[in-house]
Amino acid sequence: MQGWPLLSLTTFVPLIGAAFILMIRGEKEIVARNARNVALWTSLITLLLALMTWANFDPRTAAFQLEEQAAWIPAFGITYHMGVDGISMFFVVLSAFLTPICVLASWDAIRERVREYMLAFLVLETLMIGMFCALDIVLFYLFFEGVLIPMFLIIGIWGGPRRVYSAFKFFLYTLLGSVLMLVAILAIYFTAGMTDIPALMKYAFARDMQMWLWLAFFASFAVKVPMWPLHTWLPDAHVEAPTAGSVILAGVLLKMGGYGFLRFSLPMMPLASDFFAPLIFALSIVAVIYTSLVALAQEDMKKLIAYSSVAHMGFVTVGIFTFNVQGIQGAIFQMLSHGVVSAALFLCVGVVYDRMHSRLIATYGGLVHRMPFYAAAFMVFTLASVGLPGTSGFVGEMLVLVGAYQASTWVAALTATGVVLGAAYMLWLYRRVIFGELEKPELKAILDLDRREIAVFVPLVAAVIWMGVYPSSFLDLMHASVQNLVDNYQAAIKAETAAQAQVLLPGGAP
Amino acid sequence: MYSAIVFLPLLGAIVAGLFGRLMGDRASQWVTTAPLLLAAVLSCIAFGRVIAGGAPVDVQVMRWIVSGTFESNWTLRFDALATVMCVVVTVVSGMVHVYSWGYMAHDKSIPRFFSYLSLFTFFMLMLVTADNFLQMFFGWEGVGLASYLLIGFWYDRPSANAAAIKAFLVNRVGDFGFALGILGTFLAFNAVSFDTVFADVPAMAGKSFAFLGFEADIMTTLCLLLFIGAMGKSAQLGLHTWLPDAMEGPTPVSALIHAATMVTAGVFMVVRLSPMFEASETALTVVTVVGATTAIFAASVGLVQNDIKRVIAYSTCSQLGYMFFAAGVSAYSAAIFHLTTHAFFKALLFLGAGSVIHAMSGEQDMRKMGGIWRKIPLTYAYMWIGSLALGGLPFFAGYFSKDLIIESAFAAKTGVGQYAFWLGVIAAALTAFYSWRLLFLTFHGDSRADHDVLHHVHESPLSMTVPMGVLAAGAVFSGVALAGLFTGEDSAAFWGKSIFVAANHTALADAHHVPGWVKGLPIAVAVGGILVAWQFYIRRPGLAPALAAEFPEVHTFLYNKWYFDEAYDWLFVRPAKAIGRGLWLGGDGRVIDGFGPNGIAAVTIDFARRAARLQTGYLYHYAFAMLIGVAAFVSYYLFGK
Repeated sequence: MQGWPLLSLTTFVPLIGAAFILMIRGEKEIVARNARNVALWTSLITLLLALMTWANFDPRTAAFQLEEQAAWIPAFGITYHMGVDGISMFFVVLSAFLTPICVLASWDAIRERVREYMLAFLVLETLMIGMFCALDIVLFYLFFEGVLIPMFLIIGIWGGPRRVYSAFKFFLYTLLGSVLMLVAILAIYFTAGMTDIPALMKYAFARDMQMWLWLAFFASFAVKVPMWPLHTWLPDAHVEAPTAGSVILAGVLLKMGGYGFLRFSLPMMPLASDFFAPLIFALSIVAVIYTSLVALAQEDMKKLIAYSSVAHMGFVTVGIFTFNVQGIQGAIFQMLSHGVVSAALFLCVGVVYDRMHSRLIATYGGLVHRMPFYAAAFMVFTLASVGLPGTSGFVGEMLVLVGAYQASTWVAALTATGVVLGAAYMLWLYRRVIFGELEKPELKAILDLDRREIAVFVPLVAAVIWMGVYPSSFLDLMHASVQNLVDNYQAAIKAETAAQAQVLLPGGAP
Repeated sequence: MYSAIVFLPLLGAIVAGLFGRLMGDRASQWVTTAPLLLAAVLSCIAFGRVIAGGAPVDVQVMRWIVSGTFESNWTLRFDALATVMCVVVTVVSGMVHVYSWGYMAHDKSIPRFFSYLSLFTFFMLMLVTADNFLQMFFGWEGVGLASYLLIGFWYDRPSANAAAIKAFLVNRVGDFGFALGILGTFLAFNAVSFDTVFADVPAMAGKSFAFLGFEADIMTTLCLLLFIGAMGKSAQLGLHTWLPDAMEGPTPVSALIHAATMVTAGVFMVVRLSPMFEASETALTVVTVVGATTAIFAASVGLVQNDIKRVIAYSTCSQLGYMFFAAGVSAYSAAIFHLTTHAFFKALLFLGAGSVIHAMSGEQDMRKMGGIWRKIPLTYAYMWIGSLALGGLPFFAGYFSKDLIIESAFAAKTGVGQYAFWLGVIAAALTAFYSWRLLFLTFHGDSRADHDVLHHVHESPLSMTVPMGVLAAGAVFSGVALAGLFTGEDSAAFWGKSIFVAANHTALADAHHVPGWVKGLPIAVAVGGILVAWQFYIRRPGLAPALAAEFPEVHTFLYNKWYFDEAYDWLFVRPAKAIGRGLWLGGDGRVIDGFGPNGIAAVTIDFARRAARLQTGYLYHYAFAMLIGVAAFVSYYLFGK
């Protein structure tokens, strides 16, 4: 295995699949069938490659692994540099895990322009994985921005009735943030004279410079997370997106913000991160409480889950800016868990949407009578979303709270209220959809999960329980990198404090 | 063997849960009940080993959450305290499993029911065998989940669904405190394993830390936070509202979860954490006051309820109050003693009530019962035994444990001890009154049931009466059998390190030397309560309604359970919903979107239309918005410099 460009393979195999799909010709039905099959097999191969990345990952070192570097634009010193560490590796696996599930979930739901749809998903997969592997800031930016395009198309073409409004709202928000990030990247290049991320992590930017860079990056990441009050694009985008679009959006795209904070803001701008941490805490706490309350009032299932995503991502941002091992590991774990759980919840909505073509909670009720398997799967994900111990949701929340408690008891206590509110809206949703008597005549003939849908849910249920019962298989692998991140951060803060003391002391002499 | 005690029920739950539909009802019953009975036997063996002086056993299972210095593993600890709880849990659970064969015979989802019951037992065993805070929390939330699933077992009933959600949410409020307590413990001790924390308690006692902006005493803060969790799970005053509603679940569930085991988890927690609570007089005082107040509050509400299960539910709430104030005066072993005897007689009472309901074709309202004791004599006898034990009449189980608690409160020689003593005595009188009110209303007098219902009244099948017999034996003998072991002269050797009592807290030892009137008073008031009930419901049946009519305010106040539900609905539930709606439509819709994207889009569209009529189409608008952003940033950047 040594010497294989494993990350490049993982990144670009979907693109090869996409090329195959482009070559498919013939009758509409045949094209659709072949496109589906090619997409499924390509994404499964990618998943296998991602799992090989996991298997080859060395948890003892914090350094980047499986690195590949080649000259790209030598004039500016920009290289094609790929590599993963304990922070990014699992996001590669998550992206590769969710894509085949998306393909399967769209198997019957998408009937128009199947070829283009599958194409969009494979391109999207390449861009997502590439983004998590990229170790050159320009390369990163390309992938980061590129993700927007297929997602925009997926919402805009295969979405619901208000898809155009939603797609543009999504595009407006994310692009606005991204442009600021581009300015920041240019500023980095002109200040530091390089674009290599590992090298930049060691570069100490001046304090003022850090502030501006931090704000610019923040604009982009905060939209992606999304942090309150930049979150309103999310419910709209989710509501209009096709099921698989919502899955990727919630499962992977939201994680790009959190990942960005961890990859850029903390290591490159530690002083600014320290300075702005209270702002992040404030916004996150508002997000947790505010969106949980809003979720209580929702009548649309997808909107409810979208708002719950904002609340859960509030935990993530709190965790990241606690600057300690538990908080950051918790944040990463929470992102992975949310990636699986929210994806699964959107798939749950998709299942009944495919049957009834309604997302309104009031359409349903008493589904357990006709759909016991569906009810069971939905229950597992509801509980994971609520953060029940033994499911993936608990580990992340708990570690984040442990981290937050060390930073500030107020932050921890206020964030923890989200746990109570989260239980309220999720159980309320479940009760109205699943429990009760099956009274509505149009539901009398609704069918339980078919074999394809079971194949979609089984790996998700397994992941949720595995992550909850034995999270060490994840936490141990990210520990070295997170510890290193925290150590470097603290060293930078200490150096700054020492420098300020130096400035103050001689000045105080006369 | 030790792992088997915990994991056998899980095995049964998984098999019945996944394959119950394929296997059928009978196989599902076997596959859950047999492992449970085996686990009960193994627990008894483990208990025997502890009595024989065996050392505590720790079983390492695997790593759980490890992050930096935060380390929590899956470990099963079998010391005296855990083993006692294991016996209580598995024996009662085993009996309830068997009982459910008969009681649930006509239900259409039998595999699901048995799977849930076994799953609950697994979580409860995880809770009592935890060797660290986090695993305890796992079991804690797990039993909450099982309770939620079982309260809402009949998911067609809106009231059952509402009760299930209420139980989960009220418990979550308690768990919020519990979680903060665990986090605070980690913050102060840098560990979540019981051994490490307990060893460091003496060093922490009296120190303070910054908590929510206050300088707070560490041990008091932590204990109070953890106690909030205990209050939620054990339905103490303020967080008790879910328990009466939980009676929506099938009656075997009420017996197992909402009487014998889960609701006692809070008491268990306080006892398990006795080294921490002993370090804070304030926390112990709070525990005592809350416990004593709950004991009297719940007993007072129990006086006037008409639903047979609700009466017993309030009685449970009240008895839990006794256990808490026992712990509050440092009589931890008395609390566990009462927990054990209570598990037997209260499970018996619930199963008896279930038998009555079964006989009455599902009727739960005592106003529609009466005069059936000849038709179901065995159930009637068991209810008498349960009531005698609950009332604390001599030589039944409750006599030993409850009187000891009341005496310990007196012997504590503190103000709150006296408060608990007197409230405990009054509550004992009320307990006797409502217990015999229940007996008289249900079994005696003229029947108030329909002819049809009355015609069908029949004694329950063996699968129901045999488990009740086992529990009745416990209700009669567990007190006399265990009194010496649990609370006698040598009890300290039995409990070993699992219970810690500070040297100056001698209430339990002193309880054996209280004046004679203190020992006699609880029995006297209990007999008095019975006589009053007899006067009210047998001799002069018109007296109770007359009294209610004479003092309508008191009756309404009690009947409406001191208006807790109404107050909470008004204070929390409605505002949360209204605020949520307001934030969504007002905050997200009008403010953020209004000034944000829609506003910008509107302005941009407007601007674009005017400035350039050549281009139409969306990209243009957004390019514009983008440019505005860049311009704003750059100018701010330059200006800021």
